[in-house]
Amino acid sequence: MKSSVKLYIKLAWMQTLSLWRAGALNVLVFALVLAVAAITAVGFFTQRVESALNQQGGMLLGGDLSIQADHPVPAQYKSAASAAKLSSVSTYEFPSMVVNGETNQLAEIKAVESGFPMRGDLTIGSTISETGNVVKSIPKSGEVWIEPRLATLLNLKVGDVVNLGERSFTISAILLREPSRGGDMFGFAPRVMMNASDLDSTKLIQYGSRVKYQLLLAGDVLDIQRFYEETQAKLGRGEKIQDVRNARPEIKSALDKAQQFLGLSAMISVVLAMAAMLLASLPYIKQSLDTFALMRCFGASQNTVLQVLTIQTLLIAALSALVGVTLGFFAQLGLAQLASSLFLESLPNTSFLPIISGLVASIAMMAAVVLPHMWQMRTLTAINILRRETLIQPLSALARFLPAVLVLSIMVFWQANNIKIAVSTIMALIAICILITGLAYVMTMLIAKLFALTPQNPQLNAIKLGVQGIKRRFGLSTVQMIGFSMGLMVLMLLALIRSDLIRNWQASLPADAPNRFIINIQPEQVSGVSQFFKEAGIANNTVFPMVRGRLVSKNEQAISAMQWEDERAKRLAEREFNLSWAAKMQTDNKLLSGKWWTEADHGKPYLSLEQDLAKTLNIKLGDQLVFDIAGQPLKLTVTSIRKVEWDTMRANFFAVTPPGLLEQYPANYISSFHLPMEANATLNKLVRTYPNLTVIDVAALMTQVRNIMQRMSDTIEYVFAFSLISGAAVLYAALVATQQERIQEATLMRVFGASRQQVYFAYLAEFACIGFIAALVATIISNAMAYYLSSRILDIPFQFNLSLALLTMLAASILIPVAAWVGFRKPLNLSPRQLLNSI
Amino acid sequence: MQSSLMIQAQNLYYEISGQESTIKILQGLNLNIAAGEQVAIIGSSGSGKSTLLSLLAGLDVPTSGSVQIQQQKFSTLDEDGRAAVRGQLMGFVFQSFQLLPSLTALENVMLPLQLKSQKDAKALSIEALNKVGLSHRVQHYPKQLSGGEQQRVALARAFATQPTILFADEPTGNLDNATGQMIIELLFKMNADAGTTLVLVTHDEHLANRCHRQLKLENGVLNETVNGLATA
Repeated sequence: MKSSVKLYIKLAWMQTLSLWRAGALNVLVFALVLAVAAITAVGFFTQRVESALNQQGGMLLGGDLSIQADHPVPAQYKSAASAAKLSSVSTYEFPSMVVNGETNQLAEIKAVESGFPMRGDLTIGSTISETGNVVKSIPKSGEVWIEPRLATLLNLKVGDVVNLGERSFTISAILLREPSRGGDMFGFAPRVMMNASDLDSTKLIQYGSRVKYQLLLAGDVLDIQRFYEETQAKLGRGEKIQDVRNARPEIKSALDKAQQFLGLSAMISVVLAMAAMLLASLPYIKQSLDTFALMRCFGASQNTVLQVLTIQTLLIAALSALVGVTLGFFAQLGLAQLASSLFLESLPNTSFLPIISGLVASIAMMAAVVLPHMWQMRTLTAINILRRETLIQPLSALARFLPAVLVLSIMVFWQANNIKIAVSTIMALIAICILITGLAYVMTMLIAKLFALTPQNPQLNAIKLGVQGIKRRFGLSTVQMIGFSMGLMVLMLLALIRSDLIRNWQASLPADAPNRFIINIQPEQVSGVSQFFKEAGIANNTVFPMVRGRLVSKNEQAISAMQWEDERAKRLAEREFNLSWAAKMQTDNKLLSGKWWTEADHGKPYLSLEQDLAKTLNIKLGDQLVFDIAGQPLKLTVTSIRKVEWDTMRANFFAVTPPGLLEQYPANYISSFHLPMEANATLNKLVRTYPNLTVIDVAALMTQVRNIMQRMSDTIEYVFAFSLISGAAVLYAALVATQQERIQEATLMRVFGASRQQVYFAYLAEFACIGFIAALVATIISNAMAYYLSSRILDIPFQFNLSLALLTMLAASILIPVAAWVGFRKPLNLSPRQLLNSI
Repeated sequence: MQSSLMIQAQNLYYEISGQESTIKILQGLNLNIAAGEQVAIIGSSGSGKSTLLSLLAGLDVPTSGSVQIQQQKFSTLDEDGRAAVRGQLMGFVFQSFQLLPSLTALENVMLPLQLKSQKDAKALSIEALNKVGLSHRVQHYPKQLSGGEQQRVALARAFATQPTILFADEPTGNLDNATGQMIIELLFKMNADAGTTLVLVTHDEHLANRCHRQLKLENGVLNETVNGLATA
């Protein structure tokens, strides 16, 4: 038994080698390698981010446990922690202005107590370009550490003095690495780290300041576990506790989405690769059959043949997986370069897990392609095989494609990890295929009709013949078109979103749209801010009051975040609202239902809500809502629903009441305005006068959003590069699969007197058509998607990008035939005699 | 005779150079075929019959020597030049039919007509298929046709362009006796109707004897035979 297995392996190995040399395996293996590389590249990358989250949870958290609150963490937690033998450290995070002489910059301040970080460490240096030293300390009182980005923005170096609030600090180090900080996506403003004991003297934390209060805890595993369980039950409003397992939930959820998205993007490459494999398997199977027929003639049993074929299949799958995983590993380095800093500052090394999934995927794909043929061979006799009766009676399409479809579906479910998303992905794929098939059919019909009307001319006739080639090889041509249009579609959609949508949105803003927000204005500072507007000559300005309140009940029923499935509803129910009051409705608001209050209504408990918020929380006109404002309940009746144009960049509010109602509560103020270039100095003066004010530069924020979008779309494009290469593999596989037929066709055309030029024309016309239809479908689908995105989701006017559409169609109609011609020009250059002999 | 000379081969040599030796297939072959003549080329396997046919039809070029068609230079033309002459004057019937599997019988017959930009390609093709008795199978694909039917489609295709010369390479080689006989009858009938010059390559002496002349290819040269006996 053992020796026979050895023999089978030897036979399988020899045959695989000879198939490789004969060129029967190239395309098959190429497609398989691509698919495995795409899957494993995404797998390696997401797994690295995930293992950073899992293994380094403590480092990311800065401790073993974290209690976070939007108000000062109640003292009882700290005392309970010390009773439970846990050490603790408090941190405070909030946005504020850093002022350096005449310039200022919004920064993310983190004030920490000594002992931070309790887990992990910080890296600091004296310049922004060095590797720095790892420390376990914090800035001394009167000193701050700043991130390299801030040093660059404000042209700061170690030793310089900056103002934070009412206090000045010396920069004593550059903060090069802070593990507890997320990636780009989660920190818009650069970090300034300071000593918590200096916090009071800055006077930065005032009423209405958005501060993330945090108590970090560390201790023995069991103590931590017990404390976690006990505390979880006692948490109040706006408080949460995190342990290392769910450290950084915002990164985890972003990662989950990225994993799903990148995984499904990689699936497009897999779909295309499978199509290429199915096409390329024909010569492979044909050549294998020859060998097996001979083996049967020489007395090999059915079983022997099947076993050799199985081993051969596994060998090819394993070797391809090896190459694919290696490629995937290197591709992942690029992916991590592009996308990792979006999530985390740095990533740990990869593990072997994606290698296994790559291998399994490879075997499954190979099996899906070969299995139907193996199943058919089971009952074949030697003479059947020799007479090519398998080929005379080809497998039914169902039998041939079912295993592939099954494997694909399983992989889609695996990557999506969500039934709804998987099903809609599969449905979308099917819809695209149907659309392409339909369009291809209509186009060939139309072109044939068009040609019937044209005068007779040898060149035109050749083109006509070429176009008819699509009809003759309809199935194959359609697969090629599907391959190309998927790759093109994604690239076009990205191009549209990245440049067009953002450009259109910016174009939709008036030139004097507000470009600065000031928040945290205290009541006594309102007159000073108004004075600033007068000095700077800013006419179009308003200062809006804001009172913070939490929605407690609706129509006598208590509201809890738990009752909503929707993430946004949960968040809205959980957080504090900014309630404002106004006599007149803002000009960029539109009344949808109910009515706005008259002067007689001032002081009455009325409320006007923004439509999306009302819809999300299922609030209707006439509903009675109770808000908890500074500990007191206030009952309000919804008297109107408004639509708000958020794009105008003006300050706007979800909830507005008439004047004369909220004035009794503590309030702070917000303003948005257009700051002319020349008024920058005046603004700096304002910030120096009132250091607690936070000025948000919308343009700078937009630039950063754009940068992040750029990075994300680069990442997506990177993954879709695999799809384009797979599309090329489909083209090549289809060429290989139809080569015999095409050679015969070309030869006969030559024998019947067609010139070489005519043959080329026919050939190029066929592929130009394939390229054109693929690009047309890609244009239609990507524009439909971009239209949906802009009009339904982003609510900005959509503009059809004609030049991109034309360019894509032109490029596809030229490049695809050229690529096809490169693969086929050799046989076309042989003499008809040689070709006839080779048929 | 000279005025109606259709094909003239002079001092034809055809050699295949291998790595170690050169195989001489044709060695100074001469041949004249008059317009409307039916000529059979016979010979054993590997004697070079098909090579000769492909040189006469311009599918390949001789190592030396020349072929003239209608007393115009032919073998010295470039590939496209020869293709143009083929399209204009020649029809072909092959041993293995050479129908395109992805085209219907009608489309197969139409192909050479379309390449010539013939106006009524479809009508002419239907008429040709009628003549070979396949009017009921015009929309069938080659794989749905029997061997005999496939060769009849090939005949229809060959005659649809109304060629001046028809080259037939072992037209019955892949068919059983009865079917082969039927194809031969059809071939000669159509040939007689159209007055085409016929060059037939075969190893079947019976078939060869139906032609006006039989030429035996031996050692790279042609010998005129009468009922299988060499006369030269």
